[in-house]
Amino acid sequence: MMKKFSIFAAGLLSVVAIGAAIAHESENPAVKARTSIMQLYAFNLGTLGGMAKGETEYDAEAATRAANNLVVLTQIDQSAMWLAGSDNVSDPSTRALPAIWENFPDVAAKGQAMADAAVAMQAAAGQDVEALKGAMGNLGGACSACHKAYRAPKD
Amino acid sequence: MQRLFLFAAVSALLVGLAGLFLTRPKSVDQAILHGVSSDLTRGEIVFYAAGCASCHSAPDAVGEEKLTLAGGRRFETNFGTFIAPNISSDPAAGIGSWSTLELANALIHGTGPKGQHYYPAFPYTTYANMTAEDIVSLHAFLGTLPAVATESKAHEVVFPFSVRRGLGGWKLLFMAPGWVVEGDLTDQQIRGRYLVEALGHCAECHTPRNGLGGLKRDIWLTGAPNPNGKGRIPGLTSDQLDWSEADIAEYLKSGFTPDYDSAGGEMVEVIENTSQLTDDDRLAIAAYLKVVPGQSTELLSE
Repeated sequence: MMKKFSIFAAGLLSVVAIGAAIAHESENPAVKARTSIMQLYAFNLGTLGGMAKGETEYDAEAATRAANNLVVLTQIDQSAMWLAGSDNVSDPSTRALPAIWENFPDVAAKGQAMADAAVAMQAAAGQDVEALKGAMGNLGGACSACHKAYRAPKD
Repeated sequence: MQRLFLFAAVSALLVGLAGLFLTRPKSVDQAILHGVSSDLTRGEIVFYAAGCASCHSAPDAVGEEKLTLAGGRRFETNFGTFIAPNISSDPAAGIGSWSTLELANALIHGTGPKGQHYYPAFPYTTYANMTAEDIVSLHAFLGTLPAVATESKAHEVVFPFSVRRGLGGWKLLFMAPGWVVEGDLTDQQIRGRYLVEALGHCAECHTPRNGLGGLKRDIWLTGAPNPNGKGRIPGLTSDQLDWSEADIAEYLKSGFTPDYDSAGGEMVEVIENTSQLTDDDRLAIAAYLKVVPGQSTELLSE
């Protein structure tokens, strides 16, 4: 009897543990993939932002490489990563609001604004640090516009 | 006995008169505006730093539409729903006919042109610290923005908060003009203090309130519950916000956090305003935040 209970308890514990793991990172490969793209954006923005803030010395080549990467990232076809049922109601590990799936034309327009801002940064990054600083604002605006409308706040 | 009654009646009358006197809507001395000239560039900076459009543009206005100050946004609070009025340059529906003195009375004392108290959803508790130059310049800049004839809607406020005279008492209790952060400040920190404490009204969300909606100025910028739902508005004091000054300035410009996530929620609209300021002003805000005193955990858990 005791042994049976232990097995049951162990089973229950592992279910709880898996539940806790899910709360941190999605098991859904599509969600993982789109989160990874966001991390790649953040990494390359970090290179540019460090120069904009004066934390790192301006380096035209490194800035251009980072800006090129941003442009490439905006060109990835993400349609397979945003399948129905991967919103924050169905999957608590994501902050993607169901509104995304109700407003695809607007989401696409905001995506295009991001692509345009990345192209503008590509042109600015190699010029000088002032041009780079100027292009950061539009990039940030494009990120925020989508996050404000379609991302749930942090708990 | 008759004498006692008379004494009580006279006392009650005096207390009542004193109350009426103390709660009367106040106005500024016209002399402070005398000889102050307007500067449109300055007025535009004041407009963005004070965040006028965030409340007074039409609901869901984006981009250029934000310069049309038609009003209509709804703010739900524990006291009722406040609806932002039309402050466009329309002389009838908006405030196009206001003199600089009338604008000064509204900003510094929360007093309307008919001598009525405004509700503190309009953050005159902050604007009370504005300079005459900034008020005169803002008045000129607002005059350059489009006129729109949308009628302002009445606030949906329940009794007893619907009695505006009571706001005179509220102002006596909670209007405390003057600076919260005092001491030996640099010129940059003083400019930052002006941007935060007189124009930016950051404290309206980032400082906790008491049961009557007054700001707890002794725990200034220590963070507060989110009035619009779940989560918490973060604290900005020097011990809570560990971002560098460059990080804060960049966030106020592009909305990027130090790990290059982007701003969300209400801060997106705030950054639409702060992105219009100069780099120097954003750095001044950052420099000021670094001298806002931290708070002990006992105070915070009150």
